[in-house]
Amino acid sequence: MTLMTKFLSAAATGLALAATSAVADPALIYDLGGKFDKSFNEAAFNGATKWAEDTGGSFKDIEITSEAQREQALRGFAEKGFNPVITTGFSFSTPIANVAADYPDINFVTIDGFVDPAEHPNVLSVLFSEAEGSYLVGMLAGMESKTGTVSFVGGMDIPLIRKFACGYAQGAKAVNPDIKVISNMTGTDPSAWNDPVKGSELTKAQVDQGSDVIFAAAGATGLGVLQTAADNKVFGIGVDSNQNYLHPGNMLTSMLKRVDLAVADAMTAGADLETGVHVLGLAQDGVGYAMDEYNADLITEEMKAAVEDAKAKIISGEILVHDYTADDTCPALSF
Amino acid sequence: MDRMPAWADVVLIPLISLILAAILSALAILAIGESPAEAFYLMVDGALMRSSGWGYTLYYATNFIFTGLAVSVAFHAKLFNIGGEGQAALGGLGVALACLYIPWPHWSLALLGSAVGAAAFGALWALIPAYLQAKRGSHIVITTIMFNFIAAALLNYLLVNVLRPVGAMEPASASFAAATHLPTFQSMFSSEGNTLFRGSPANITFFIALIACVFVWLLIWRSKLGYEIRSQGYSESGAKYAGISPSRIIIIAMLISGALSGMMGVNATQGAAGRLILNSAEGAGFIGIAVALMGRNHPFGVLLASLLFGFLYQGGAELAMWTSIPRELIIVIQALVILFTGALDNMVRWPLEALFARLRKKEA
Amino acid sequence: MTDSAPAIELKGISKAFGPVQANKDISIRVMPGTIHGIIGENGAGKSTLMSILYGFYKADAGEIWINGKKTAITDSQSAIAAGIGMVFQHFKLVENFSVVENVILGAEDGAFLRPSIAKARKSLKKLADEYELSVDPDALIEHLSVGHQQRVEILKALYREADILILDEPTGVLTPAEADHLFRILDNLRKEGKTIILITHKLREIMEITDTVSVMRRSEMTATVKTSETSPEHLAELMVGRKVLLRVDKVPATPGETVLSVKDLRVIDDKGVERVKGISFDIRAGEILGIAGVAGNGQSEVMNVLGGIMDATGTITMNGKPVPLSGKAADGQSRRAIGIAHVPEDRQREGLIMEFTAWENTVFGYHLDPQWQSGPLMNNAAIQKEAAGKMQRFDVRPPDPNLKAKNFSGGNQQKVVLAREIERNPDLLLVGQPTRGVDIGAIEFIHQEIVRLRDQGKAILLVSVELDEIMSLSDRIAVMFDGKVMGFREPATTDERELGLMMAGISGEPGTEDWKAVDENLTALEHGETPTHG
Repeated sequence: MTLMTKFLSAAATGLALAATSAVADPALIYDLGGKFDKSFNEAAFNGATKWAEDTGGSFKDIEITSEAQREQALRGFAEKGFNPVITTGFSFSTPIANVAADYPDINFVTIDGFVDPAEHPNVLSVLFSEAEGSYLVGMLAGMESKTGTVSFVGGMDIPLIRKFACGYAQGAKAVNPDIKVISNMTGTDPSAWNDPVKGSELTKAQVDQGSDVIFAAAGATGLGVLQTAADNKVFGIGVDSNQNYLHPGNMLTSMLKRVDLAVADAMTAGADLETGVHVLGLAQDGVGYAMDEYNADLITEEMKAAVEDAKAKIISGEILVHDYTADDTCPALSF
Repeated sequence: MDRMPAWADVVLIPLISLILAAILSALAILAIGESPAEAFYLMVDGALMRSSGWGYTLYYATNFIFTGLAVSVAFHAKLFNIGGEGQAALGGLGVALACLYIPWPHWSLALLGSAVGAAAFGALWALIPAYLQAKRGSHIVITTIMFNFIAAALLNYLLVNVLRPVGAMEPASASFAAATHLPTFQSMFSSEGNTLFRGSPANITFFIALIACVFVWLLIWRSKLGYEIRSQGYSESGAKYAGISPSRIIIIAMLISGALSGMMGVNATQGAAGRLILNSAEGAGFIGIAVALMGRNHPFGVLLASLLFGFLYQGGAELAMWTSIPRELIIVIQALVILFTGALDNMVRWPLEALFARLRKKEA
Repeated sequence: MTDSAPAIELKGISKAFGPVQANKDISIRVMPGTIHGIIGENGAGKSTLMSILYGFYKADAGEIWINGKKTAITDSQSAIAAGIGMVFQHFKLVENFSVVENVILGAEDGAFLRPSIAKARKSLKKLADEYELSVDPDALIEHLSVGHQQRVEILKALYREADILILDEPTGVLTPAEADHLFRILDNLRKEGKTIILITHKLREIMEITDTVSVMRRSEMTATVKTSETSPEHLAELMVGRKVLLRVDKVPATPGETVLSVKDLRVIDDKGVERVKGISFDIRAGEILGIAGVAGNGQSEVMNVLGGIMDATGTITMNGKPVPLSGKAADGQSRRAIGIAHVPEDRQREGLIMEFTAWENTVFGYHLDPQWQSGPLMNNAAIQKEAAGKMQRFDVRPPDPNLKAKNFSGGNQQKVVLAREIERNPDLLLVGQPTRGVDIGAIEFIHQEIVRLRDQGKAILLVSVELDEIMSLSDRIAVMFDGKVMGFREPATTDERELGLMMAGISGEPGTEDWKAVDENLTALEHGETPTHG
């Protein structure tokens, strides 16, 4: 027992030390997918890097490897005084809710997650209207398709990805009510985010069924999807960041989800971060579709006009894009 | 005569293997330009020098004890149960159902109920491969590994479509009622003004894991069933001669193995997460194989090996947080330990055996 | 014969495996054109010595001289180059290759097979004529009898121009007729000037064929003598280190009531092959029924059915009560419950768990008996006490109940099994190959125990491939061939020749037409054809 008390007191000193060495740098915790997932987490990393380059600031980051490390990393950074502590992925909402009250002076940011601001005033929840962005690229797909069939390849079958698929299907059907929308998920476990071979197989199968525009929302799996789409001379649509450069001429567009902006904004705000709930939609340019030199020739003025019109109507509320996660149903697609 | 004294087999070989793994890890860390000494200090400091570090180390160790014991029990019947991952996932489901749908008045009853649920679901998931092995001769390695995938798919389906509260983004069940929350080490050992195990997930399940070690020891070395399991494991033809039904032993051993794996769900799902999340087993089912190998399929060895792996996990998390050592390299370090203690066992064993033989000759 | 240099001379060979000294300062001289026997108990170091001579192991110390020249034998290639050929106990043939393909395997000339095969064919014919070594060169190995497969091994060695031939326990798998033929071949080889080393544990073979014999005991060469100047009793004494009784001392049986009655027993194995084809026999109290036969003719299956390991059809009664032949009621536990004890043929795979300690093995099969239980756990203390007592009564050495079974010698392992089964005082004892791999000293003890049990009025079923053992222990003998009982004999009124023929599938009473065909069949057998009678 004496040994026990000894190391416990040692532990107490350790804690005290940690508390005094306060830093005000921001910290970033990636989800299990890891920093270089070619997608969501990487966008966060890019935003943080850009912020560091622009401001000369520095930040600390960690790639967790297990569920239990979520709380551990949150507490570790909070105890050392990192502020704000930014997390990517909805899986952080519960751990943040668990720890936020213990560190009232630290601001936490959950990107894609939701923590009730009434209970936890030091948490910022950043949400994106993925359905709106997906709706716009769905419209482009519907207008571009010659075969009357477009498709979607998701990563892991989770509500968030269904939200992408549902928005996409709604957009495609808005321009062509008779269009056929095929949707496939790569898998049911986290490896589905990192399986380009399977993504490629699904894409081939969809092409065989007549699809000529394919939207990939599947992390690194999407790389296989877009490659196969290009190989089969059909169009691919990228996700999260602008992926148009991957296969110029075969990339119709990319559905943008500006995680990088959200991260950079939070880092810029620093300790003075405004907490609460931020929903980033078309109006805030949090989501959108990518136009650049690589797809300028593919999108006609006519198409662009139609999409811009829809965008305005969504912002004004005239068009209501159904969010799958609101009631777990989708009017345009069945899962 | 045996070639080596028992202490050399049980202590010396793992120790030398660990040192070799540590040396290789140090070289790897050096190669990416970090200081191995500092890394080692961080690991020890983060995992063992603070009560909160111990809280994580013991939490991981609890998971590994259950899955390690599961592999050991099956291994005594010469069954290689690779399905710990799936059985643990199903165990988590059993815990979740028990916690979500039964209004427990007190955590102690909830613990009892969820433990039964975990064991029953884990055992059920092991039963099908066991039946296929016993009656149809389908190889248990193949079937259990397949059942890991089926378990992942089943869990995903249930969490996305059935158990997930409407509108929630995360594929996870609702949080369990407060009455089901197990006492954590923080609440058990902290006193006024002195918070211990702060925020760490270690909980009362650790003690259940210790009880499970004793139970497995009694089962394997003191009970009729253990005697029959070991007979079957050493020689199936011998078991048949003695009137021990191989198919009965296969099924019973796998049921116990699956139940032990499933019990991990109590720790991870009820003790730590407080809800059923996707991927709740987190590879502990596979680590259990390494733990059992390193622990020589003995409960005490499994306990020690689990603590070591708990330390590696927690120390690895500290490394990831405070150094720029990428997590891939941390996984490499953990893999080196598995490689040296498990797969490369003979590399250390043979020279040692020769050494002991020479020593003995000199004595003689 | 004595003035030329020895064909083989070993000088001071020593070899240790870890702490175990397998060969200790061994020297022998074998003159060309002789057959030299090496005899010794299991584990005496015979096989290690021959493996050193054939280059499988490297000796720690000592020299090998071949034909008067010091020769370094580092691997089997250099052994072959030195003119040494080896016929292993377990043949090293490719089952689905033809005889000629096996013969040239590893000794092909050039990249193309055709010239090699043609050459081999020619030399095979020559060898066959010279040494009575005829085998169909195009037959597939898997279609040949064991005796013929052995001939292929010898041909392989001769084809590689071996002058020195080592045979390791060559008769273990042969019928008596096949063994006789083998000895004729060896005799022919000797006449041609070849040197032969014959490793065996059978005294009779040594006396029959060898010129000189060396005896090994506990890793050392204890004596080398001229065969003509020794006797089996003397050799046995040299092997064991004390006087041994080679004949079983027993009074005539006084059989009582029928204990076991077997009618129309049929056994079909996992692969759907009928192994036992409707056999019937009775065993009475106070009687030993021996089943003779070449291994694999259904004896093992009969034992396994009676011991509860295999399912069968037919009728079996034990003490007048029917015995179930399939399902849960036909397992080993149920058999033990009705008074059947079983010393299985393969003690290492069945009778014992080699990784268990001696005391754990003491209750193997009886581990559910109430006296070994205490509450939900096993009463290990009681079992350990029982084990110590049994080991003392059966003179198991070393008498350490905590030693693992694998660390005992074959004879002491068998004593552990026998102690367990006999001390249960069963009505029927099944004994399979009781002395296989058992040293001569222990054989004597085991035979006495079996006879003692008979004299207590118990029924005993003995299965053995050793005809000597069957002849000396049994009160009645049943001969099995191809799943059928060829007939019953009594040891006093039969001989090994008659039993040998029955084991080869030739039945018939002396003086009948069948009996006249026996000699023809014998000739046919030696040429590898299926006998026409049987």
